[in-house]
Amino acid sequence: MAINFKDGVILGADSRTTTGAYIANRVTDKLTQVHDTIWCCRSGSAADTQAVADIVHYHLGMYGITNEEPPTTQTAAAIFQELCYSNKDQLSAGMIIAGYDHRHGGQVYSIPLGGSLHKQAYAIGGSGSTYIYGYCDANWRENMTEEEGIKFVKGALQEAIKWDGSSGGVIRMVVLTAKGAQRHLYLPDQGYQGPGRQ
Amino acid sequence: MTSIGTGYDLSNSVFSPDGRNFQVEYAVKAVENGGTAVGIRCKDGIVLALEKLVTSKLLKPGANKRIATVDRNIGVVSSGLLPDGRHFVSRARDEAAQWRQLYKAPIPTSALANRMGSYVQAYTLYSSVRPFGVTAIIGGWDSEAELPVDGQVGSGPKVGAGGKKDGAKHSGPSLYMIEPSGLYWGYYGAATGKGRQIAKSELEKLNLADGQLSLEEGVKEAARIIYVAHDDNKDKEFELELTWISSLDGPTKGRHEEVPKELKEEAERLAKKALEGEDDDEEEEKMEE
Amino acid sequence: MNHFPQAWGRPRDDVYGSYDHSHFQTNGPNQHTQSPIVTGTSVVAAKFKDGVVIAADNLASYGSLARFTDVKRLRKFNDQVVVGFGGDVSDMQYLDRLLLSLDIRENYSSTENPLNAKNLHTYLAKVMYKRRSDFNPLWNHLLIAGLDGEDKPFLASADLLGTTFSSPTLATGFGGHLAQPILRKLLPDEASVERVSEEQAVEVVKECMKVLFYRDARSMDKYSIAVIKKDGVELKEDEKLENQSWAFAERIRGYGTQTA
Repeated sequence: MAINFKDGVILGADSRTTTGAYIANRVTDKLTQVHDTIWCCRSGSAADTQAVADIVHYHLGMYGITNEEPPTTQTAAAIFQELCYSNKDQLSAGMIIAGYDHRHGGQVYSIPLGGSLHKQAYAIGGSGSTYIYGYCDANWRENMTEEEGIKFVKGALQEAIKWDGSSGGVIRMVVLTAKGAQRHLYLPDQGYQGPGRQ
Repeated sequence: MTSIGTGYDLSNSVFSPDGRNFQVEYAVKAVENGGTAVGIRCKDGIVLALEKLVTSKLLKPGANKRIATVDRNIGVVSSGLLPDGRHFVSRARDEAAQWRQLYKAPIPTSALANRMGSYVQAYTLYSSVRPFGVTAIIGGWDSEAELPVDGQVGSGPKVGAGGKKDGAKHSGPSLYMIEPSGLYWGYYGAATGKGRQIAKSELEKLNLADGQLSLEEGVKEAARIIYVAHDDNKDKEFELELTWISSLDGPTKGRHEEVPKELKEEAERLAKKALEGEDDDEEEEKMEE
Repeated sequence: MNHFPQAWGRPRDDVYGSYDHSHFQTNGPNQHTQSPIVTGTSVVAAKFKDGVVIAADNLASYGSLARFTDVKRLRKFNDQVVVGFGGDVSDMQYLDRLLLSLDIRENYSSTENPLNAKNLHTYLAKVMYKRRSDFNPLWNHLLIAGLDGEDKPFLASADLLGTTFSSPTLATGFGGHLAQPILRKLLPDEASVERVSEEQAVEVVKECMKVLFYRDARSMDKYSIAVIKKDGVELKEDEKLENQSWAFAERIRGYGTQTA
């Protein structure tokens, strides 16, 4: 999931990857950097989403060099959409793109399965998301502080982990602001209270 | 001409011993005979103007436009060989459309100038082609608004995006001029074609770097400059072509459009009046040259 | 595993019989196993004497999940055409971009007449038919509303098969079942268009949106509505259904003889 807050955006995800009922990786990092302050949350097929993220990473790198100006979140969202839409028959990829730049501030885009593009205040996706539509709708407020934003994301992901068998493990977050990218980590054996900022 | 008879001017891909590409220099000559083209970067927009020389009385007045729209917010005016200008515009449109296909947003004017610069330069490298016989002026307004991704639905938080920095804008008017060599620079005011010297000295007087000239004043100045530049060439008929691009809250809403008839006629009236009034001063200026 | 790399990852011949290499054929038919994922429901529209009114709700569903509630499915093409999209949202966005590039190309020179609704319908119908003939359809049902070349009201549809239809009233999806009968009461034939005012047309379309909200499980109560007339397009994208009727629920007890 990813949310807008007062100073930028926060991305968050659990760390479970499954093959059927087997947990292939219990400490996965589903938050993927595609440019300095443009990140994405990957859900669906790990192989597909990694391949798509790698291609976008390449494009944004080229964009930054050839245009002597960093790409915007819109640019990233556009390339993600092009890939997801034109290859929809072979892909199983649900992406959330969140980024920060000085001109536009924080932005969150969602690209669900068919390859449509939706700009949102906050976005949730993946198997666990169906369990937290109610939580998110009830607790969402615009213009939250960083602390409030982290509490919202953590609360939502904890619910997803609790009810969805395909979600679990640790909670990872990335906070994107004018100061750059800051990672957070919250472990189940610490009641998701720490260690926090990395 | 030092090049004649040396053989070094016969092929595009051959340098002369003193490091010149004569084919490119000949292309510049073609430009120097074309009708004057002017571009002005005003504080709130761009003006493009062209002295379109009328080659036959059988041509329909007002038809056969030479200033072209490339994307909604970008215009191109060129002087030199007309068909070369057309090909240039066609390529520029392809570049803009291609950019839109990948990035789902309008191409920034600087990126278009860069791509067209590379394209024109490539025509100086091979013996199988000749360089472009045009110098083109590209003017554009890069939107100051937050553009949606083409086709996107939804609009994000109601309070707007968080963490925006004031004064971090990469937008507004920009103006570039590309020469047959592929060389291009960004300009406050650009002029090319037969009357470029006069036009340039007139542009310099406008102190465009101060960023004070308004778009509407720019339109009038552009018309006047074309008339002044044409003055030496009085025996030939010409038509004034005038287009402009304003900010989103301005008269063209960020689009490249023809200047409306009323304003254009007003600008032409003022231009003619200024010319008559200046007849005496002009003689003096000529003496100084 | 044996030492023949060709056999790795395949069922052992001695156990399963020899491998069926036809699975590796690459010259078979191309498959576009496509079905809509994120979808919009009905679009309804009606002509009136000076123009056309068209409406669609703002919901994009993901199966039965009401996933996106801010999706504007009416797209203004220019000052005389609005296109309403039902069906797959990603294909709607593709068509929207296609129309954008068409508009840019059309406006390279400003002298020609702008494309009218009739032109746009012809274009879109051909796009839809081409794609279905490639066995790769755009999963949409479109209504094109606006004015034709003679500034007369124009309303027509094109669907994922390239089928076209024109009528004084049109509705896609559930609207075809629930809205059309209501619309046809007011506008039974082409001749009746002249007798219907803008207010009447807007009212009947809003009534249809209400009935659809009552009975279509993929609908919502927020919608967009556009009126296209000679003097331009008036598009409202954040309307809320009004005057709903629910109070009668109070009188309903049980499902038959029960009265308590």
